Amino acid sequence: MTKFKGVDYYNTESLLSEEEILVRDTVRDFVDDNILPIIEKHNRAGTFPMDLVPKMAELGMFGSTLPAKYGCAEMNNVAYGLVMQELERGDSGVRSFASVQSALVMYPIYSFGSEEQKDLWLPKLATGEKIGCFGLTEPDYGSNPGGMITRAEEKGDCYVLNGAKMWITNGTIADVAIVWAKLNGVVHGFLVEKGTRGFTAPEMKGKHSLRASVTSELIFQDCMIPKANMFLKTDGLKAPLMCLNQARYGIAWGGIGSAMACYDSALNYAKSRIQFGKPIASFQMTQEKLVYMVTEITKAQLLCLQLGRLKDQGKLRYQQVSMAKRNNVAIALDIARIAREILGANGILDEYPVMRHSANLESVKTYEGTHEMHTLIIGEDITGIPAYV
Amino acid sequence: MNIVVCINHVPDTETKVKVGSDGKSIDQAGVNYMLNPYDEFAIEAALQLKEKHGGQTLVVSLGGDAHKETLRKALAMGIEKAVLLKDTSVRDSFSIAKALAEELRAISPDCILFGKQSIDYYDEQIPGLVAEFLGMPSVSVVVKLDVKDGTVMCEREIEGGHEIVETRLPAVISAQKGLNEPRYPSLKGIMAAKTKPIEERQPAIVPPFVEVIGMNKPPGKQPGKIVGTDKSAVPELIRLLHEEAKVI
Ligand SMILES: Cc1cc2nc3c(=O)[nH]c(=O)nc-3n(C[C@H](O)[C@H](O)[C@H](O)COP(=O)(O)OP(=O)(O)OC[C@H]3O[C@@H](n4cnc5c(N)ncnc54)[C@H](O)[C@@H]3O)c2cc1C
Repeated sequence: MTKFKGVDYYNTESLLSEEEILVRDTVRDFVDDNILPIIEKHNRAGTFPMDLVPKMAELGMFGSTLPAKYGCAEMNNVAYGLVMQELERGDSGVRSFASVQSALVMYPIYSFGSEEQKDLWLPKLATGEKIGCFGLTEPDYGSNPGGMITRAEEKGDCYVLNGAKMWITNGTIADVAIVWAKLNGVVHGFLVEKGTRGFTAPEMKGKHSLRASVTSELIFQDCMIPKANMFLKTDGLKAPLMCLNQARYGIAWGGIGSAMACYDSALNYAKSRIQFGKPIASFQMTQEKLVYMVTEITKAQLLCLQLGRLKDQGKLRYQQVSMAKRNNVAIALDIARIAREILGANGILDEYPVMRHSANLESVKTYEGTHEMHTLIIGEDITGIPAYV
Repeated sequence: MNIVVCINHVPDTETKVKVGSDGKSIDQAGVNYMLNPYDEFAIEAALQLKEKHGGQTLVVSLGGDAHKETLRKALAMGIEKAVLLKDTSVRDSFSIAKALAEELRAISPDCILFGKQSIDYYDEQIPGLVAEFLGMPSVSVVVKLDVKDGTVMCEREIEGGHEIVETRLPAVISAQKGLNEPRYPSLKGIMAAKTKPIEERQPAIVPPFVEVIGMNKPPGKQPGKIVGTDKSAVPELIRLLHEEAKVI
């Protein structure tokens, strides 16, 4: 196989700084050397490649936009986006691990945590010595997390948690869970450590998607946690939504990664597969498919690059993140499916990455706000009329 | 220990090289450049020596501003300082080695590391020449390196095996694939590299002895020939391999 060289129809490379390019190329090499050779095996077995964690940490992939004093790389958001893009070219499940650790665990501790919480957790999460998860979704409350049932009650110098979370990435392998629960009817964030009495995190099995990622339930039965484990700066649903916005930003970039992997696979295949005495790339219908793919990838790249620049300038609006997440994941899934068509029967084999990406992207389209919820967010933004209920 | 690594900025291994309009240099259009792969082993060796014995690490490259990209990668991998000997004049290996040696003499390092060769022009002369100019021992094509109390133990590749040699510091060592597993530049390292200095200096002007007067691409492959499709073709195939291709 020839080395993946990226897809860059509009010379977007010229819009990146020297460091951003070096970050991207480093993670690209890392993915080629460490993820691609092992990922199909894990996908088949339904296991997360744990031995990647220290390697990813050593490179600085966790919390990479946070300050150096916590052992983080302190990169800008475009560089962070490029890391997510490259990881997802490897696998959406591996990218999900890094997204959760960075955007849904380290980011809230950094943004809402006390100095003690930051000093305790951030350096260990950066080195991968500790793993985190983020529990918002519940069995009965997905798109509408405001209805959550999980509750915290004050009892002496503790809070007592009761309730259940579902679909929680990294849950079973996490040392610390960021759990969102209502205290006197208001949503707050709590840090719950693995092994706390009354807290269990069984893994959910039988997934057809994100098989190389751990997904779990979090169950709280009279789970007592010290009062110091509540985030003092959270008050209502805004805090978890801020975290989701961080993660969605990375997912928008990740979509480009999956899409590039599928396009690259389809383009190479189309040029070498001979039918009717010619490469299938010479047929107009195949060309139309490939042109659609490269056009959508190019648009997605430009969308993300501007999104990242806005984020770095502090001018980003969350509705803009919704647009990029909604668009990029949808086109990535389309591209994966079309790539499968171009590969014909070979497309269903795990010798090629397209079916794995296609299956993974089904989850990615749903989590972090479904495609439809992002439509409603943008819809409300442009019309001024909320259409959620 | 004071360690210097000399590194080069070379066309990407997948570049399809075209000869330029002057007929004696490569056409730069569309060529991507990268850190010479063998130099990565030299950088890793320098970092490991420093981690083990302490000291300072420095990278030096002779060339135009574009070489800064490669110097920056070395800094991102963990090298502390970089010097660009800024020069875009036409040089042969002798004049490059002479300029490097002048610079290195002033720095007076304990250990000078190179990749065993640059993958652009395949001259394979520079480490040896630099050692000669500085009057230092030179060990080439090294796959194992150990330094203890000023003594350098090296294993080097020779035809069909390894040779174990010993010399004293200061010395010039050239690295072969297998010496180590070069680290990735970490994201933190990449960010830190932004603030590390790249000092620009004027290298000594040394006129070249060797002049390139022409460059040619190897002739394209001839199309294949189907001699037959069953075993009756074997005698003819053998005859052609013997008489025309002269390979058997
Ligand atoms: C692999 C995986 C990992 C996950 N990881 C995490 C995690 O780490 N932490 C976490 O908290 N959650 C996680 N999730 C949960 C995810 O965020 C939710 O699945 C998602 O928010 C959707 O919720 P739901 O599945 O309950 O779907 P529902 O909300 O029941 O939606 C079902 C369908 O109805 C549509 N719908 C709902 N409401 C409306 C409306 N008002 N208008 C139009 N359409 C509507 C939705 O768009 C969707 O198509 C994960 C999910 C998966 C699959």
